[in-house]
Amino acid sequence: MPMSNASSTVFKTQSFTHQWVAFAIMVLFFAIAPIWVYPIFLMKVMCFALFACAFNLLLGFGGLLSFGHAMFLGTAGYAAAHAAKVWGWNPEVAVLFATACSAGLALIAGSLAIRRQGIYFAMITLALSQMVYFFYLQTPFTGGEDGIQSVPRGKLFGLFDLSENTAMYLFVFTIFLGGFTFIWRIVHSPFGQILKAIRENQDRAISLGYDTDHFKLLAFVISGALAGTAGATKALVFQLASLTDVHWSMSGEVVLMTLLGGLGTLFGPVVGAAIIVSMQNYLAQFGAWVTIIQGLIFVICVMAFRRGVIGEIANWLKKPL
Amino acid sequence: MEIFGIPSQALFGQLLIGLINGSFYALLSLGLAVIFGLLNIINFSHGAQYMLGAFVAYLSLNKLGINYWLSLILTPLIVGATGVLIEKTMLKRLYKLDHLYGLLLTFGLALIIQGVFRHEFGSSGMPYPVPEIFQGVFNLGFMFLPKYRAWVIGVSLFVCLTTWFVIERTKLGAYLRAATENPTLVQAFGINVPRMVTLTYGFGVALAALAGVMAAPIYQVSPMMGADIIIVVFAVVVVGGMGSIMGAILTGFGLGLVEGLTKVFYPEASNTVIFVIMTIVLLLKPAGLFGTQK
Amino acid sequence: MKRNLISLAVAAACAFAGSAQAQISDGIVKIGVLNDMSGLYSDITGQGSVIAAKMAVEDYIKASKSTLKVEVVGADHQNKPDVGSNVARQWYDTEKVDMIADVPTSSVGLAIAKISADKGKLHVNSGSATADLTGKACNANTIHWAYDTWMLANGTGKAIVKSGGDTWFFLTADYAFGHALERDTEAVVLKNGGKVVGKVRTPFPTQDFSSFLLQAQASKAKIIGLANAGGDTTNSIKQAFEFGITKGGQNLAGLLVFLPDVHSLSLEKAQGLMLTETFYWDLNDQTRAFTKRFAAANGGKFPSMVQAGVYSSVIHYLKAVDAAKTDDGTKVAAKMKELPTDDPLFGKGSVRADGRKIHPAYLFEVKKPSESKGPYDYYKLVSTIPANEAFRPLSESDCPLVAKK
Repeated sequence: MPMSNASSTVFKTQSFTHQWVAFAIMVLFFAIAPIWVYPIFLMKVMCFALFACAFNLLLGFGGLLSFGHAMFLGTAGYAAAHAAKVWGWNPEVAVLFATACSAGLALIAGSLAIRRQGIYFAMITLALSQMVYFFYLQTPFTGGEDGIQSVPRGKLFGLFDLSENTAMYLFVFTIFLGGFTFIWRIVHSPFGQILKAIRENQDRAISLGYDTDHFKLLAFVISGALAGTAGATKALVFQLASLTDVHWSMSGEVVLMTLLGGLGTLFGPVVGAAIIVSMQNYLAQFGAWVTIIQGLIFVICVMAFRRGVIGEIANWLKKPL
Repeated sequence: MEIFGIPSQALFGQLLIGLINGSFYALLSLGLAVIFGLLNIINFSHGAQYMLGAFVAYLSLNKLGINYWLSLILTPLIVGATGVLIEKTMLKRLYKLDHLYGLLLTFGLALIIQGVFRHEFGSSGMPYPVPEIFQGVFNLGFMFLPKYRAWVIGVSLFVCLTTWFVIERTKLGAYLRAATENPTLVQAFGINVPRMVTLTYGFGVALAALAGVMAAPIYQVSPMMGADIIIVVFAVVVVGGMGSIMGAILTGFGLGLVEGLTKVFYPEASNTVIFVIMTIVLLLKPAGLFGTQK
Repeated sequence: MKRNLISLAVAAACAFAGSAQAQISDGIVKIGVLNDMSGLYSDITGQGSVIAAKMAVEDYIKASKSTLKVEVVGADHQNKPDVGSNVARQWYDTEKVDMIADVPTSSVGLAIAKISADKGKLHVNSGSATADLTGKACNANTIHWAYDTWMLANGTGKAIVKSGGDTWFFLTADYAFGHALERDTEAVVLKNGGKVVGKVRTPFPTQDFSSFLLQAQASKAKIIGLANAGGDTTNSIKQAFEFGITKGGQNLAGLLVFLPDVHSLSLEKAQGLMLTETFYWDLNDQTRAFTKRFAAANGGKFPSMVQAGVYSSVIHYLKAVDAAKTDDGTKVAAKMKELPTDDPLFGKGSVRADGRKIHPAYLFEVKKPSESKGPYDYYKLVSTIPANEAFRPLSESDCPLVAKK
């Protein structure tokens, strides 16, 4: 049985009003919140939200659990940091370059992993991610434990100085919205429908004539690329690219965010990311408690709360979110 | 005499060390293979249960004065019992769902267990004394082998072979294997399948705890000791073939040897070599070296 | 126009009133102790450093009758540069922290140094090892206390070579810190007439060093240099003992070992280890008195060199704040370099132009179990390295702040 329980609920109408309302609420929130909330914290939330949305595209809509998504986040982070610091590229070029790097890595990783399914797929992605981690640990350009520090934010298009927090916030906000809307469009496109069909019953999709491997690979590459965009932006926000972003616990965290928010929903990953990042921030002083609470959330979500926050709301409203 | 530029004595020393590490990999992957092979559950908390074993041994020594030999028996029983509890209260309900939920549940449990112990004990290691009878070394000529490490190889071989024998060659093992292929039919024969499943999970967990007790005198007893080894053990099980007991045992020892050699010729890669092997094996023989695809 | 005159008058009045007091931002001097509270270094730094900082504040205010209001906060950076920089940013931007102290783990230390410079605050580092903090990564807002890799390499390396340990085999943790330590120590060994017969890079972190120790044994080097830290060092020492390496006539040189490490290893395993530190609780009456008070507040655990460094650096910091009458980071840093230091733990010293604090270093050897009278009585003093020789000379520094002659 496929993982996404959220969309196994039958929805009566195909109207998207609820989604537009949710979208408006989300945009409004991120537009106004910086007045009260520390903007760097909000930028962190947006980056992780994009990461989780990208991951959800693959798992929630494509039915493929990747346990190695950190490799995309981290690769793009290092690529963007290196491009901005060592080559002195503008931020928008650095982000695009990093996204391309992630997409390339996703193409290679995907072609290897797609051949297998279920657990084996997850295990291959984990193995590949570990190899990437140890590679980055060794190579000098990543700075190893130090990471790439003092990454300049640069001038957007050569004009707008991003070291000023407001300009940076707008930049991150735009990227986040761009990525989110792109995923929204994909989900509702014919490609998205085929992906869902493959998730529900791959054999039937094959018998209908679809080259399922091709579609799965495409989904994997898009997911990896967007995860990369998130990673590149994050590296510029914090002006640091480090090993934490490629470690397998980061892969675990994105699963947690998506599961908590709601697999297979559009807004779930955003909410999940916001909750987890906030929790890590405000409970940081309690050290190990963060790990314990994350574990508890995993357990509770799997046992009793499989639809996740947005999934439950969507189920209650009987409308997809 | 030199082999590939390394004096043969040094090489044998390294291989022996590799064999010792392989013993741990084999013991741990045995538990995982039993659980996955027979129950189709990915037990991500295996590493945490290994750590639990070491800690129960450490705490029972320091608080209750229970010595190493008693711990070897008691600790796996205690930790195995917690495994039984987990299976009965939580895992059972997930069988009808996608197997990946089981993975996520055990992953969450691992986080909880590790978090609790990290909170209580911090991240640094706690010492556990080597039992007196094993203190000291065997002088093998080309190296000194600590007696305790020789004991580890012995126990590991014994436990692995016994388990393999029970599962593959005895009636009990046959029931177990049949129960995983066709639970309804086997239950119709009057075998209490749910109980067998529960006890099998408990047994797998007990194996992890046993590995933990054995590891305590060698590696420091630390809350993080399971976290990084679990990924390697997964790779071992996958390479060996997820349903194959013998596969896990052979690959576990094999990996120890391969890692040992890598440490001599190209030490920086010794962490990665298993994953490279895993990727290659999965591409060429997806069911693993000894596995059969279900 | 009238409003302007009034505001001008008000401003003038404030200026006159204000010059009599220090211009402390928000009226409080806030010190943030950022370190590892739950991981590898929690015993060496952790809560103990926060206690040391608070003791320093108390002692300073009592002794100097200063009117400063000082607050101390602590946080965990989990040895990760991203976590550390997040906390530092948030502390500086939203929580009015003026100075960040401690910070073990060189990768985090470097990040904090940069952020402090960017925001005009102050970072007084007692925990990181990398000599780059006063070298190519130096800046006007960072001061490096307690110790660094150059001092360790020079102290331990030189002394050992001179005492006969002239062939070395390195066990190096394969990351930036390990490489730096190996590089610095190798240079010292070679300069003093020794030879490096081999080295092996151990993946970081590693639990099992048996294979690498066997290689070291096969090399027959007199000294096995441990270019690693924390858990790696204690594991290598334990396993060297287990495999009878030291019985075979080779000696271990711990390039970065702290008193709490020796405590957790036990004398049986650590005996004979040579190491360099700049503080030991049993050096003189003042260090003993401090240790008694500190241990009482720290659950019986004796202070490490880093925790002592936090105490000493906070006292000097407050002295500089009072003298400069401000808590502006750049100005206080300059004042700290101007004033000579004198504290009960490190004796007389000074802070150089590159931010390096100078004080004597001590070469210790770990006692045999029979020589020790009780817990923490672990070191015997082999030699003292005077302050002006212990640290990298300014002439060799590649710090941009130091004018090249």
